[in-house]
Amino acid sequence: MAETVLETAGLTMRFGGVTASDNVDFKLKARELRCLIGPNGAGKSTFFKCVTGLLTPTEGHVFMRGQDVTGWLPHQVASLGVGIKTQTPNVMDALDVHENIWLAARRFFDVSEARARTADMIDRLALGPIARTELGRLAHGERQRVELGLVAVADPWLVLLDEPAAGLSAADVDRMTAIIHEMRRSAAVVIVEHDMQFIRSIAEVVTVFHQGAVLMEDHVDRVMTDETVRRVYLGKKA
Amino acid sequence: MGGSATRSAAREVILTLVVAAILIAAMPLLIGTYTLTVLVIYGMLGLSLGLIWGFGGILCFGQAAFFGLGAYIYAISAVNIGESTLPMILAVLLTAGFALLLGAMMFYGRLTDVYLGVITLVVTLILFKFINSTAGPQYVIGEARLGGFNGIPGFQTLNVPGDPGAYIWGDALYYVCAVALVIVFLLVTWLLRSSFGRIAVGIRENETRMALMGYDVAARKTVLFAIGAAIAGLAGALFASWAEIVTPTLFSLGQSAEIIIWCIVGGLGTRLGPVVGAAGLAYLEFVLGQQSMIDNTLIMGLVLVIFVLFLPRGLVPAIASLWQGSVGAFGRRRPVRRMRRARHG
Repeated sequence: MAETVLETAGLTMRFGGVTASDNVDFKLKARELRCLIGPNGAGKSTFFKCVTGLLTPTEGHVFMRGQDVTGWLPHQVASLGVGIKTQTPNVMDALDVHENIWLAARRFFDVSEARARTADMIDRLALGPIARTELGRLAHGERQRVELGLVAVADPWLVLLDEPAAGLSAADVDRMTAIIHEMRRSAAVVIVEHDMQFIRSIAEVVTVFHQGAVLMEDHVDRVMTDETVRRVYLGKKA
Repeated sequence: MGGSATRSAAREVILTLVVAAILIAAMPLLIGTYTLTVLVIYGMLGLSLGLIWGFGGILCFGQAAFFGLGAYIYAISAVNIGESTLPMILAVLLTAGFALLLGAMMFYGRLTDVYLGVITLVVTLILFKFINSTAGPQYVIGEARLGGFNGIPGFQTLNVPGDPGAYIWGDALYYVCAVALVIVFLLVTWLLRSSFGRIAVGIRENETRMALMGYDVAARKTVLFAIGAAIAGLAGALFASWAEIVTPTLFSLGQSAEIIIWCIVGGLGTRLGPVVGAAGLAYLEFVLGQQSMIDNTLIMGLVLVIFVLFLPRGLVPAIASLWQGSVGAFGRRRPVRRMRRARHG
């Protein structure tokens, strides 16, 4: 049995009278790839924010590699070796691609190692021609790719991606898929996603959220054909 | 790449030293050294805010508080010690220590920009009110009477370290202050090239992202804030030595606002801009102070409005891009990379 790298027990998050996350028990094994899906307002992003420390859950616990990280701040969670990409592109706009990726690498490696890894990551993401361009002047897809580079360059063992494929062209999605597969060689990956085509191409086990709780957790093919899932989420035509 | 970065850094240091040496030697021919000294000191004060605001994204409305604190700490300890070396060091260290506490409270309390501005402003006001109210004989630290609105006169001014009789004043004080400014400028340059400085700029750009990458944003902002305060404290101590008296007006709101205007006019996000803005505007004010036709503050306000409207990035970036444009038109001898650096600093 592979080690459990991420686990939540009874995770609940309430905003006033609204229960955005309801008693979620979740387990993720090392090098597993898991997609979280669900209709708008199902609590995927709230769950994501509780895990990354952006929100502190009202009840329940989050464990990473057996350590209780409930209530930790985002930088403490990230320092464990957890790579996080938020829903909206979160990059340093006035800095160039190289500097953005270097800053991520520098957190975990010394200056020369960080430089080497940055150069390597720029090559792998085919960002060479725009390495010295400021992020603010790049297209959306390029920014997403850079942000994935930020996450990957730190060599994380757990990667949490909130809607990485949002607004990407088909070519960008292919490249994104390749990078995610590459990251999986050393890391467990959690993807929160809306894009069903992307999910189909990449997913194995899928967790479906509905009204804050886990509705179902199974292989992607069985999830797609499940009647309940179709009703709450996919509509009739899928 | 590492080699070329080191080489370009060395080239920049040499260039800075040469330009600084020429300016230090030539400026006394144009302006008296007594006035120049205070311009240099204001330049250092401008640089202190330029560092934390322009590169750290921390808008501090109370940089004058650290300036005044440095001056008072110097004056009080100079009265008690009777020699200037230790008071100079104390002025820098205690001011930085105060900023460390204040910064930790603000940054770990996760205050946003507006509240940060309010708190630093209020701290300045409290210091101003407090020092103003210390006229009574009971307000004594060692042998130093705080003196309320009248301030503290007659303390030991800057002397050659170890020899209290050998005062440094007049021309000599100007050269000491100018060299101190060059050293501080080079230290700031080095800091900004270091990992700490680059990470600080990253935090200015996107705090959330830097936290999600594992950086302790609060700790880093606190340290940067304290470094800025240390520079302001040094400027304050030098100012005390130049003015030979410290008064509560050092903490005034006008002073705080002026430092912010220096940075805006000179160019935020550059190292040279705040220095040039501070010295230039202080000199303008000095010249205007010699006539009585127009009110001083009116013209300063006009200058600010003109800059915000027509040169929103400030003087130094505007000149840099003009220079870049003209060089670009005359040929391609200069590599583009150097131009970009000139624009940033």
